[in-house]
Amino acid sequence: MGNYLKLIALGCTALFAAIAANWGRDTAYILHAMIILGVSGYLFIRVLRRIDEPVQATPEGYMDDVVRAGVIATSFWGVIGMLVGVVIAFQLAFPVLNFEVLQPYGNFGRLRPLHTSAVIFAFGGNALIMSSFYIVQRTCGARLWGGNLGWFVFWGYNLFIVLAATGYLLGATQSKEYAEPEWYVDIWLTIVWVAFLVVFLGTLFKRKERHIYVANWFLLAFIVTVAMLHIVNNISIPVSIWGSKSVQVFSGVQDAMVQWWYGHNAVGFFLTAGFLGMMYYFVPKQAGRPVFSYKLSIIHFWALIFLYIWAGPHHLHYTALPDWASTLGMVFSIILWMPSWGGMINGLMTLQGAWDKLRTDPIIRMMVISLAFYGMSTFEGPMMSIKAVNSLSHYTDWTIGHVHSGALGWNGMITFAALYFLTPKLWGRAQMYSMSAINWHFWLATIGIILYAASMWVTGIMEGLMWREVDANGFLVNSFADTVSAKFPMYVVRGLGGVLYLAGALIMSWNIFMTIRGGAKVTAPVGVPAE
Amino acid sequence: MSSNDHKDIDEVTGTDTTGHDWDGIKELNNPLPRWWLWSFYITIVWGIAYTIAYPAWPLVSSATAGMLGYSTRAEVAQEIARFEDANAEISAQLASADLNTLLENETLARFATSAGGAVFRNNCSQCHGSGAAGFTGYPNLLDDDWLWGGDFENIEYTIRHGIRNEEDWDARYSEMTAYDEIFTNEEVDAAVHYVRQISGQEHDATLAEAGTELFMDNCAACHGDNGMGNRDLGAPNLTDAIWLYGGDMESLEETVRYARFGVMPPWGSRLTEAEVKAVTAYVHQLGGGE
Repeated sequence: MGNYLKLIALGCTALFAAIAANWGRDTAYILHAMIILGVSGYLFIRVLRRIDEPVQATPEGYMDDVVRAGVIATSFWGVIGMLVGVVIAFQLAFPVLNFEVLQPYGNFGRLRPLHTSAVIFAFGGNALIMSSFYIVQRTCGARLWGGNLGWFVFWGYNLFIVLAATGYLLGATQSKEYAEPEWYVDIWLTIVWVAFLVVFLGTLFKRKERHIYVANWFLLAFIVTVAMLHIVNNISIPVSIWGSKSVQVFSGVQDAMVQWWYGHNAVGFFLTAGFLGMMYYFVPKQAGRPVFSYKLSIIHFWALIFLYIWAGPHHLHYTALPDWASTLGMVFSIILWMPSWGGMINGLMTLQGAWDKLRTDPIIRMMVISLAFYGMSTFEGPMMSIKAVNSLSHYTDWTIGHVHSGALGWNGMITFAALYFLTPKLWGRAQMYSMSAINWHFWLATIGIILYAASMWVTGIMEGLMWREVDANGFLVNSFADTVSAKFPMYVVRGLGGVLYLAGALIMSWNIFMTIRGGAKVTAPVGVPAE
Repeated sequence: MSSNDHKDIDEVTGTDTTGHDWDGIKELNNPLPRWWLWSFYITIVWGIAYTIAYPAWPLVSSATAGMLGYSTRAEVAQEIARFEDANAEISAQLASADLNTLLENETLARFATSAGGAVFRNNCSQCHGSGAAGFTGYPNLLDDDWLWGGDFENIEYTIRHGIRNEEDWDARYSEMTAYDEIFTNEEVDAAVHYVRQISGQEHDATLAEAGTELFMDNCAACHGDNGMGNRDLGAPNLTDAIWLYGGDMESLEETVRYARFGVMPPWGSRLTEAEVKAVTAYVHQLGGGE
């Protein structure tokens, strides 16, 4: 029965996609209809061929295939996203790299959202989905709930990424930062995300341990809040059902506020809460030490969740936003400082009694540098939200530097560490193929981040000072173009930092590939819960 | 969280754990770090105080204004007003000044060039470059080659009304003929080589010879018999090495075939009287003022 329903649903989707491909008003829409036609057609045939096969027994033990796929997808998208980042960094330094023959597809304007989405949603998102599937199973002592629903989440999410990325290149965008995909891509992501929530909650309900582990609180907060943010920020009305363009229901300053409520909490719940969930599992596992303080984890969790959601207006200081909203955004950002640091303290102090491993274990070293960058950027963030600081830093490269010290330092490093932790376990190897390659990766990435962040601080502050510089009579001293040319050397340094970071990620991908390919298998027993 | 019947002590630190165990992960029962807790309290207290001092809490149709009566808009307005008040007298003097005698008053001249520089960097540098050296299609303002005249009066007129725009009826206007459908291909070549000849560049003498008559019949009306241009029509001098769109064969051919139509917006409607005067003085002193 279920299979027949699947066939009907897939058949209808394929039929609709075929009609849409025919009637589509723009290239992005037509290409997407063809992709959906291909995917649903393939699945239709697949289901059809298996329709009268005997039902296989439900597999037991942890569902790790989907996590393995997630490990590969994470490293793949990481390399792609960072590569595009390096390209656009050099496009800014040398505009001639916006090659005439590649217009309009290879333009900075289209590659930039490709970079941000590829690193945040493709690399970061796959890392979060794959590690939450791994963590929730291990800490609940239960197999992933929902049968193949986990696979639906994985493939569905990656289809979303392909639709988003091809859409950007072909010019389909809502022009909302980090929420660029158009209406039908948003609807698809909503469906996938609800499935993700259902899988996660279903597994939590099956848990054998009475309490829910702190990592799962963070992961659940991440899933629930991102769903809410995504839906509210993407409320829009399509111009036509046969085209990609849609119109936002909010306008003016309301739209800006909704966008930055979303944007800031994408940072807060996707890149902070979600990755703290990863940190709370992988750091104690790798260090072999208990979490430093249970009390701290409770207090900083609830404080973080409550406070983060109000801090968005600090992205709109000195704009059409009313002063009261601006003040609240700033105040909540400052109060957020300590709750953010709670995660860093708990992570770093977990190494109490295992500090010696810093000398021998490059994975622990990555975790420590990741927590250090987490602490630094969660201090920098509240500081930049102060109106007086923001009046200098806003619109400058300082913001870009801030984002990247968080993204490359915190999110990148903790993800790399998680991948190095997971790969040998998932493929039954004793350890990674090459430990010295991990060491190389560590140093390349660290030096890369330092070049990136330092150059952006320099140009950001220089740019801010040049913009506001007035002579004795109050007249502006510099033109905008003066600031652009002054930034050139630092743009080159930033690009080089990116190259180093990308080189590290390439070494990691090679290392993961070699680990998967070689070595003797060791079977991992399913964890037995305590009590 | 720890219960007395379930004491599990971590050997390394001597701290008891909560007794939970997830996939081998335990939790120590450490209290909140004092410095962390106090810092958190201080930020909260500061936050409350700040929201009392500044506009913060939304009410039904407005928001609390804050004890200090602060507003970002008022702050900007004050800062602008401060400079405007300080400059009020000299700005008025500048607005009514005669540009030709402006330079005699040293204070006024210095003020005009510094104000004019700011106006230029904000409004003109997008096309003419922040150093005013221009770009293909956008004249260099540093040299003494002027399309429409480089004395105070002409520069001011150009700035105030602009060139070939549709917004200002007094904009400077002229239009070159596109010879693509008038000349044969040979004639286009001949005209190009003639221009190359009078500008002292490498050329084909036979073609240039053939171009002489063409030039006299078609181009000389605006560019002059000697090709030296005509400022009344904004017709460029073709005998010097300064080219707005390029003096190479390809650019010249494109100019002859399709003509050019450079546009500049009128600034009189956007800038104040003092600003127009100031930017005129600034452009005049860049090097080519007459």
